[in-house]
Amino acid sequence: MMDRRSFMKLTAVGGGAVFISGLYGQAQAATAGKAASAYDDFYFVQLSDVHWGYSGAANPDALNTFKKTVATVNALEVQPDFIIFTGDLTHTTDDPKERRKRMAEFKEIAAGLKVKTVRFIPGEHDASLDNGAAFKENFGPTNYVFDHKGVHFIALDNVSDPGASIGDAQLDWLKNDLAKQAKDARIVVFTHRPLFDLVPKWDWATRDGDKAIALLTPYSNVTVFYGHIHQENHHMTGQIAHHAAKSLIFPLPAPGSQDKRTPLPWDAAAPNNGLGFREVEAERKDSDYKITEFPVTRT
Amino acid sequence: MDHSRRQICLRAACGIGALLSGSVINAQGQTKKVAKERVIKIQAKKFVYTPNEIVLKTGEPVVLEFTSVDFVHGFKIPDMNIRADLPPGKVTQVRLTPDKAGEYDFLCDNFCGSGHEEMSGKITVTG
Repeated sequence: MMDRRSFMKLTAVGGGAVFISGLYGQAQAATAGKAASAYDDFYFVQLSDVHWGYSGAANPDALNTFKKTVATVNALEVQPDFIIFTGDLTHTTDDPKERRKRMAEFKEIAAGLKVKTVRFIPGEHDASLDNGAAFKENFGPTNYVFDHKGVHFIALDNVSDPGASIGDAQLDWLKNDLAKQAKDARIVVFTHRPLFDLVPKWDWATRDGDKAIALLTPYSNVTVFYGHIHQENHHMTGQIAHHAAKSLIFPLPAPGSQDKRTPLPWDAAAPNNGLGFREVEAERKDSDYKITEFPVTRT
Repeated sequence: MDHSRRQICLRAACGIGALLSGSVINAQGQTKKVAKERVIKIQAKKFVYTPNEIVLKTGEPVVLEFTSVDFVHGFKIPDMNIRADLPPGKVTQVRLTPDKAGEYDFLCDNFCGSGHEEMSGKITVTG
């Protein structure tokens, strides 16, 4: 879904589709050394919804998909500054021991990435059944901030509560962090579920996501990258762009396109159909994010 | 969220027993007839609501009476702005009077495990 922004461009280049998103005007402010700080060109890779431990008809090749993706990322000509996994690293299990085993196996495979700055946020499959306990043991905090080359990154946790709430404490934390940022600061939010009501009947929402959006709205240059819906999706709430990533396990149907959100059938002739990862490039000269989608394997 | 677009009555379990009986006794000791509410018992269990297809009539007051077996499932009807947590070990009542015919999906919106995504159902409101 591409809507409401006439300046967004979609074109086919190299490894996949390129999607340009961002706000004009920020670059001038940054270059002039005004409130927002200047930033350098860089790019990061977003991987999402690996669901390590999944076993089922929707991906009979589940044991290999993530490993193939790691190889593809490692083969990128220019390596990214960092990699972010936007949740559902593992597939859920009721057994706490098995959950930790899956996380350990996931970490072992992820350790094969050439890039060593790798960040993680949880999905509901990782964190909702134990309020994020196993995730924290293995990957650290579920919400955090960091700065990179003039961009302020905020990782939000909307899954450790099984009811998909961010919660008042984390919203206060977000409010306090945003208070330190210039109104035109370049801000990127990572989260697992959509912050807006994409398809509530499919549980594609965050119960108090509207509160987070309200806190972010006064800032003129906010972009959200998330997962959960297992497909590329682009949506605007006010001036905030929200970009969902493909998964690395199985694709899900287009938002609201059918009664149930059952996985799309696996295609033996094209086993990685609908799966992939993305590069996100922050360019200094025009303040846009150039999003390039990549398949699991490149031929 | 537009909470006013539908006439919905969602109350906690306490204090409604008399209404369920179809009559109330007022302060003067007079018995007053009230509209009877149809009670529909629903079991919530990983990962299914039973029943998961419910037919209601427009203007019909009903009480959905939930018993959760194994988890604090979350009952949600997005298009009616209704939701309730369903803690196990107690009965949770959700009262509603649909005012518009149509199909209304409901789901569990508290992540409950590997079949959570399939835990859903449909309310059909006839004219």
